[in-house]
Amino acid sequence: MPEQYTTFVSGVIPLPVENVDTDQIVPARFLKVTDKEGLADALFRDWRYEADGGLKEPTFVLDKPAMYGRKILLAGDNFGCGSSREHAPWALVSWGIRAVITSSCADIFQGNALKNGLLPIIVDPERLRQLFDLVAAEPEVELTVDLDSQVVHLPGDEDLPFEVDPFSKLMLLQGTDELGYLLGKAAAIDDWEATHPARVDTRPKGAAQRPAA
Amino acid sequence: MSAASRQPRTLVEKIWDDHVVTEQPGAPSVLAIDLHLVHEVTSPQAFTGLRRRGLRVRHPERTVATADHSVPTTPRNLPILDEMAAAQVRQLETNCREFGVPLHGIGDPSQGIVHVIGPQLGLTQPGMTIVCGDSHTSTHGAFGALAFGIGTSEVEMVLATQCLLQRRPKTYEVRVDGRLAAGVSAKDIILNLLSRIGVGGGTGHVFEYRGSAIEALSMEQRMTICNMSIEGGARAGLIAPDETTFEYLHGRPHAPQGVEWEAAVDRWRTLPTDDGAVFDRTITIDAGALEPMVTYGTNPGMGLPISSNVPDPAEAADDQRRRGLEQALTYMDLQPGQPLLGQKVDVVFVGSCTNGRISDLRLAAAALDGRKVAAGVRMLVVPGSDEVKREAEAEGLDEIFRAAGADWREAGCSMCIAMNGDQLSPGQYAVSTSNRNFEGRQGKGGRTFLASPLTAAASAIAGAIADPRRLPGIETLAAVGGR
Repeated sequence: MPEQYTTFVSGVIPLPVENVDTDQIVPARFLKVTDKEGLADALFRDWRYEADGGLKEPTFVLDKPAMYGRKILLAGDNFGCGSSREHAPWALVSWGIRAVITSSCADIFQGNALKNGLLPIIVDPERLRQLFDLVAAEPEVELTVDLDSQVVHLPGDEDLPFEVDPFSKLMLLQGTDELGYLLGKAAAIDDWEATHPARVDTRPKGAAQRPAA
Repeated sequence: MSAASRQPRTLVEKIWDDHVVTEQPGAPSVLAIDLHLVHEVTSPQAFTGLRRRGLRVRHPERTVATADHSVPTTPRNLPILDEMAAAQVRQLETNCREFGVPLHGIGDPSQGIVHVIGPQLGLTQPGMTIVCGDSHTSTHGAFGALAFGIGTSEVEMVLATQCLLQRRPKTYEVRVDGRLAAGVSAKDIILNLLSRIGVGGGTGHVFEYRGSAIEALSMEQRMTICNMSIEGGARAGLIAPDETTFEYLHGRPHAPQGVEWEAAVDRWRTLPTDDGAVFDRTITIDAGALEPMVTYGTNPGMGLPISSNVPDPAEAADDQRRRGLEQALTYMDLQPGQPLLGQKVDVVFVGSCTNGRISDLRLAAAALDGRKVAAGVRMLVVPGSDEVKREAEAEGLDEIFRAAGADWREAGCSMCIAMNGDQLSPGQYAVSTSNRNFEGRQGKGGRTFLASPLTAAASAIAGAIADPRRLPGIETLAAVGGR
């Protein structure tokens, strides 16, 4: 279950690439795990490492020493497209990322991120370009992400407001998860099911006809 | 509200309205899920979550599992050599046993890719809500079901409550009219759409594919199109159910029988989009103008008619596009301006939830019949399910593939996701009937050209990207698919 999402100040990791797919964020060969641990090493694996296990030269942005401890990823449009693997936000969070600023996120990735304490911050394309310019000019610039006020504070008292789904915001701020909320709807689900018969029975034919033991 | 006073609604809006359990201001809708498909890769952490909370699976009889992603396609009497993959498959077996979920595991005659077996068993039906921890769940939209991929946290929610929290999606009409030329197929329609809207063009939307060209397609071709909706950023893509749909479903093991069948068909006939219903967006495609398509880059939106040349980054609309194209061409080791036709290939893969069904294999076999895979080219043919494999063997397709020099394998996702040992070597080029050409998707350093089964077979014979319209007898050949 994610922790409560609190305001934080961080430097920015710039990744000016569009359409970053979840196969790049976590390559499929790392999906054989049966838990959520240890995925930080798999994050952007093939953009970071050579086949022999050494870091690529020049090093990928994540492996530049100045990036260690940074929590904001600034990424190109349509971040997280492709596969539904939740391993992608697990790996980003495991590395320490808590917000991705971009001009759009893929739908499934966005839903997965919000359930894992990772905040997608969607800005318009022109604003995104300005942010890339800002980080290029001042690589050490620090931003403050304030979810409660839905604002990113930029240097020089400039505020960048952003939209977030109000329900997801509440879940993040409280550190509660959607399953807890859904379980609280059990009575409504019971009522609905009482008037809506099952559309299909997945049990193998024969087994389905047997009375329950 | 009476039916007469209702606003005209689209197919997806009707299904949505039928499944809203409850709505609260400010919160997403609680949406009931009719069918939950489960596989070994995205479910273990969800079952662990249930155990931690002391929960059971609310409706195991609306849930069905199979092992497909990490299973080898070598003979079934051999063990899984990859210890992590073996452990994941064992974990699925344990989870299904403990929670009472029906499993079509390795050795079960219904085993196969989850998006192949759902329709094949008649589990996928019009008007249903269907989810799976897999983005290609959009495949099932071919039956007029609202079907979409979910993450593992959502898998846990559906296991526990048979519901999901969802916001109503926007609608996107994809209208395809006209008649496809021989040698041009469903795969070319979807690759053309993706090349026009890009891999993020459908974000926040659900596609509805309509028009005379869509109505003329078989169910399996419709599945090919809906399968790749996610590659355009749309979580789901639907096609209205019609006589083709009913004919495909009739008599399948889990389809309604007898009087229940009649009632179901009556209900399904009310699903198509009403006249006058409004879509949030619309795009039109002229099927008659389509050529076979092939991708050249590192996402499925980077596709072109097969007679085209590789684009020049210098002509890109902006800097970020230019950098993206440069990165793609560097990865693919292709030169701007070079023709796609004639580009040498090392591997040809026919299979996957996009194009691993019997009609796909029939087309590839018809093209290869009496011919040989080019020297130096490795061709893998991987049936989408054990049933597809049996069917193909009963028709003698396996003999045609073997005689041509192709490798005939057991069912699974195989080289589409390269988790099971079937993979490209660094630098190799493949023509693949699968759905994703992302960097490393088919093996680290591997390079993928996405195309139709006919284009794949033509390219296997040529040893290079080849135009299936030039295959001898293409007019009759292209008609063998059926279903």
